[in-house]
Amino acid sequence: MALDVLIVDDSTAIRKILMRVLAQTDLTIGEVLEAGDGVEALRILEGRKVGLILSDINMPNMDGLQLLTSVRARPEWNGIAVIMITTEGSQAKVMEAVQMGAQGYVRKPFTAEQIKEKISSCLGTPAN
Amino acid sequence: MESPLTRDEIADLIRANTEKVFSTMLGLPIHAGPVSVQPTGSGEDGGVVSLVGFAGEWSGSGSIRCSGDLACVISAKLLLTNFDHVNDDVLDAIGEVANMIIGNFKDDAAYKLGPLGLSTPTVIYGNNFQARNWNGQSWTTVPFSCEGELFEVKICLVPSHTLRESLRPTGVSG
Repeated sequence: MALDVLIVDDSTAIRKILMRVLAQTDLTIGEVLEAGDGVEALRILEGRKVGLILSDINMPNMDGLQLLTSVRARPEWNGIAVIMITTEGSQAKVMEAVQMGAQGYVRKPFTAEQIKEKISSCLGTPAN
Repeated sequence: MESPLTRDEIADLIRANTEKVFSTMLGLPIHAGPVSVQPTGSGEDGGVVSLVGFAGEWSGSGSIRCSGDLACVISAKLLLTNFDHVNDDVLDAIGEVANMIIGNFKDDAAYKLGPLGLSTPTVIYGNNFQARNWNGQSWTTVPFSCEGELFEVKICLVPSHTLRESLRPTGVSG
């Protein structure tokens, strides 16, 4: 079954890079949706079911941790895997994200391999 | 108040984090030059500049600057697309490079300065302008050579209480 993915980052550059990385995985990727902040992401989630969210933390309007809180507050979205991809690398932020229900955390700058491995470990699929 | 971070330590963090971003995300060799201290508003800037603000117990800004041509090369490496002129994609890519360099600097600096917040990047493309800090403090500047061009990273940090004091209205007691 194809995996629909939502990429949330205020940088179009990072969204393009992550789309390229997703295309390089062995996963069967369905639709890749994009949002520039948490507000736009929630609007998309109201109308679409996705299996994976890749989200930045530091964004305008609604940041990634607020988005994560909103997603985990909705039982129908509990099955969505969330990976935070961000420059916010402090131990406190990592712990906060994990405690709030993030399955993974990748710090920018990143390699494509790091992203692929994190997705694989979160989804329980082989890397590549 | 004396900074817990010396100029040399700030320069070391700039070098380490700039080199990490260039090697990990861009695959571009980069060579650091000697650190300098520049008064705010000194000289004329031009090219592509991206500014990121710090907030917390310490306040200030970080910035990166390069020519439009080098901005196109950096963006091409990041996005695997060729650019022959500076456009929105190039400005966005340079903003993200600034976000990564200054954001990683912030995390490293926070070990000595305490938690710091980071603004989203602002990117400017133009010529003959000056960047001036509100607090009037000087920049710690590290120049890098990349593809034969200059890539410059600057940091300015001051204790936030000094900013609050400088903003207090004069002639008002209590």
